[in-house]
Amino acid sequence: MRYPPMRGPTSARARAGAAAGGDRASTTRGAWLRLLVLALALALGLSVATPGAAQDGDPGGEAAATALLEALDVSSFPAKGEAIEAIVRSDDPRARDWLQALLDGRLQRTDEGRFVVVLDNAGREWPVEDALNGEALGEMSRRDLDRIGINNALRSQLRSAIAVVDLYAADVDLRRASAERLLGEVDGELAEPLVEVIEAEQDARVRQRLVQALAIHRLEQGEIEAIADLRGSLHPRVRVALNRAMSGDDPLVADAAREALNSIEQMLKVNRAVETLYFGLSLGSVLVLAAIGLAITFGVMGVINMAHGELIMLGAYTAWAMQQLLPGQPGLALMLAIPAGFLVAALVGVAIERGVIQFLKGRPLETLLATFGISLILQQLVRTVISPLNRTVVTPEWMSGSIAINDALSLTLNRMYVLGFALVVFAVLMLIMRRTRLGLEVRAVTQNRAMARSMGIRATRVDIMTFALGSGVAGLAGVALSQLTNVGPNLGQNYIIDSFMVVVFGGVGNLWGTLVAGLSLGVINQVLEPWAGAVMAKIIVLVFIILFIQKRPRGLFPQKGRAAEG
Amino acid sequence: MSPFRSSRTSHWLAASLLGLAVVTPALAQEEPIKVGILHSLSGTMAISESTLKDTVEMLIEQQNEQGGLLGRQLEAVVVDPASNWPLFAERARELLEQEEVDVVFGNWTSVSRKAVLPVFEELNGLLFYPVQYEGEESSENVFYTGAAPNQQAIPAVEYLINEVGVERFALLGTDYVYPRTTNRILEAFLKEEHGVADEDILIDYTPFGHADWQNIVAEVRRFGSEGKKTAVVSTINGDANVPFYRELANQGIDAADIPVIAFSVGEQELSGIDTGPLVGHLAAWNYFMSVDTDANYDFIDAWIDYNGDEEAVTNDPMEAHYIGFNMWAEAVRKAGTTEVDAVKDAIIGVTVPNLSGGYAAMMPNHHITKPVLIGEVQDNGQFDIVWQTPSTVAGDAWSDYLSGSRDLIADWQAPMRCGNFNVANGRCGGSTAAEEAEAALAE
Repeated sequence: MRYPPMRGPTSARARAGAAAGGDRASTTRGAWLRLLVLALALALGLSVATPGAAQDGDPGGEAAATALLEALDVSSFPAKGEAIEAIVRSDDPRARDWLQALLDGRLQRTDEGRFVVVLDNAGREWPVEDALNGEALGEMSRRDLDRIGINNALRSQLRSAIAVVDLYAADVDLRRASAERLLGEVDGELAEPLVEVIEAEQDARVRQRLVQALAIHRLEQGEIEAIADLRGSLHPRVRVALNRAMSGDDPLVADAAREALNSIEQMLKVNRAVETLYFGLSLGSVLVLAAIGLAITFGVMGVINMAHGELIMLGAYTAWAMQQLLPGQPGLALMLAIPAGFLVAALVGVAIERGVIQFLKGRPLETLLATFGISLILQQLVRTVISPLNRTVVTPEWMSGSIAINDALSLTLNRMYVLGFALVVFAVLMLIMRRTRLGLEVRAVTQNRAMARSMGIRATRVDIMTFALGSGVAGLAGVALSQLTNVGPNLGQNYIIDSFMVVVFGGVGNLWGTLVAGLSLGVINQVLEPWAGAVMAKIIVLVFIILFIQKRPRGLFPQKGRAAEG
Repeated sequence: MSPFRSSRTSHWLAASLLGLAVVTPALAQEEPIKVGILHSLSGTMAISESTLKDTVEMLIEQQNEQGGLLGRQLEAVVVDPASNWPLFAERARELLEQEEVDVVFGNWTSVSRKAVLPVFEELNGLLFYPVQYEGEESSENVFYTGAAPNQQAIPAVEYLINEVGVERFALLGTDYVYPRTTNRILEAFLKEEHGVADEDILIDYTPFGHADWQNIVAEVRRFGSEGKKTAVVSTINGDANVPFYRELANQGIDAADIPVIAFSVGEQELSGIDTGPLVGHLAAWNYFMSVDTDANYDFIDAWIDYNGDEEAVTNDPMEAHYIGFNMWAEAVRKAGTTEVDAVKDAIIGVTVPNLSGGYAAMMPNHHITKPVLIGEVQDNGQFDIVWQTPSTVAGDAWSDYLSGSRDLIADWQAPMRCGNFNVANGRCGGSTAAEEAEAALAE
């Protein structure tokens, strides 16, 4: 790692603390001002001597470094904040590593009072190294170590301090993160070196961010030209700065800010529309996933399976079980859970079909009651055998977070995967129903059972296969839902009503209808939610569906032809 | 010699069977003291309530190891109201009328408490209710060992304002009586005491088990990017929390920017979440598993032994049962009987140690004194305590911030013996404050 050039790096780092206060914690402004004064004093020559000199004339020595860390090991958070400031000012080459370790909760103290950095805190035994000389100390358990705790204010302070140091880092990713962080946190002290940093900066993204960060500061100083640099940026910090300028004293600046803000607001509207659409499609994809299995068992076979939700739940529990079997590899476990979840749910589905449903053929009311009973049994079974508590299903690294389209719009990754997964499952199902022998037989049996049997199709076998397919797809939904919601005994209950709603709305027996119905209900719900509230949005959607079914009892895409009449 | 194998349980079983079978005055004192447990073991609330049943059973076992109470053994009578509110009332009646229990520990949701309230008042039973709740209630037969709003919500918001510097508040809750009342109290408190403007308060309710938080979290993100320090005050209940926190993490809302302070999320709820991305979000309780006292470590050890699960966690309502159980036991000793009226009188003023190194006292309004702790979520699913009230806070049955209940106090000591005494007109009950409060809520 490259460290800042000697041209006043000390004061630059000291300013990090001052910047951390920013506009977000005006109550602590007084404290930051004091620090700023301190930083100024340091810049004015007090810091010409090496920082070690401040500690008993032991330049760069271990005693000074130990004292720096020693100061962190206090219970009061404000005192810790001062200790962090001292480390920032110390110019010790290990400072950044210490700050990062402290931020991650990896800076710890052994029972003997030695400061160590935990290299990897997974599992029970952690490899550690000495914080001062980097000597590897083997593995220690958490019983031997005391973590140096921090709170939100310190976390914020640490991030800003690290950001200022990272401005000079060789790694472009670090510089990008640093530039992001400094937006809206630049003050007079940092502005000056920032100009040089921007000139030397090669990466366009870092450069643009830093220019904006500097422009916000210049705008605060009343420079009207700064607005040109901010125009078109959708970052909330920029908007805040422009908003402030708008209500400032200078009418010229206020007008320019207003004009810049108006065009930003226009762009934000478009962004919000895109965002709502994405939210809607994502909710819709969950509905489609939950309902598509039902579209087969209920839609195609005509079996009312109230235990459908519990099949979803079993799929989710399979994802959990796979992660338990493969500790440390959540991503692989999740991939394996896709076939496993399908199998488990399909097998349970077959058991339900063979054990109960086949005896109730043509008696929908009894089927409904019996499968409702099964759903309660399955729920309580999970409660008794596994636990009534929710299980943790870890989200793999590549599924967490979001991808930023622009400063105002970022799409969450886990939902994007679920959306993609739903479409793939749908496509595969369509393929099976349209292009395979099983699909042909299923359609034949459901259209005219007696005729199909007389043509030599084994209707019972087809029943089993169809039900297994529908149940297995419910299991797949469960695997996907384990990434979005609770994995607990009640998981299925939350989706059973929605599933029936989607199938009925889409048109019983029509897979395309399920897709369109699910996605459109999702979008309608998300469009309504911001102005009606979550509770009202749900009610409105339900009322809408009831009215729609009154008008068109066979749903969006009714089955046509004689088959539909029978 | 008992005909049963010599395990302890069968021994008690034998003793209790004997006691039931031969009811003669001479043997009456050998009869066990019956402790009813009214917690859902199935249905949606089993997730929270089943551990409370185990807690009370463990406390009973511990008490019996120390020789029981008044020389008699204790016996747990467990019923399962199955998360079904009317069934709570039936089961409560069963406990009091058929099983003739001496005391009941139970309930979680406010709606279930409201359902059993008339039963306990009619049959003169004793109920210890261990969960933080919305207040606006004081019954002669109920002891509220969980926090009232002034023991959780109000101090938590004061922490946000004074220590974190928060100026804008998003009050998110599940749509039922506890969040609605709490948010009404908080809204009044923020406006009256801290002059927070209307536009700086966002209130939003979601259905039970809400799973799709995209829109609301995006709204919070926008609400929080207006330049003022913003925090979310969450009364989101149970199951809905996992998807909520996941969405927060995925949309990149960091605790250092927009902290979420929760009143219903404890160690047990966190055990269902990967807490890595949530580090720094807050919770306000009267107890955390991470409290550093010997009493707490003893309790945790006992709990882990009882469960046989190294990963078992303790939480705030469990501590409330611990306090409530010890208070009841102390009151029984003081009264020399388990007779309900005597215990009711004896328990007021009883002081027992809590698990956070202090003492809890039963107040005349049937609420107890508690310290308020603020904790930050850590990546191991525990909370780091970052702030606590300098001394314990006494629970206030009637909020000072709601117009309907401002003048009410509760005092179940002689001579007042009133749960809603109006200090303005000096009458008990006669006031319509409770109805007013409810009517205002319904708005």
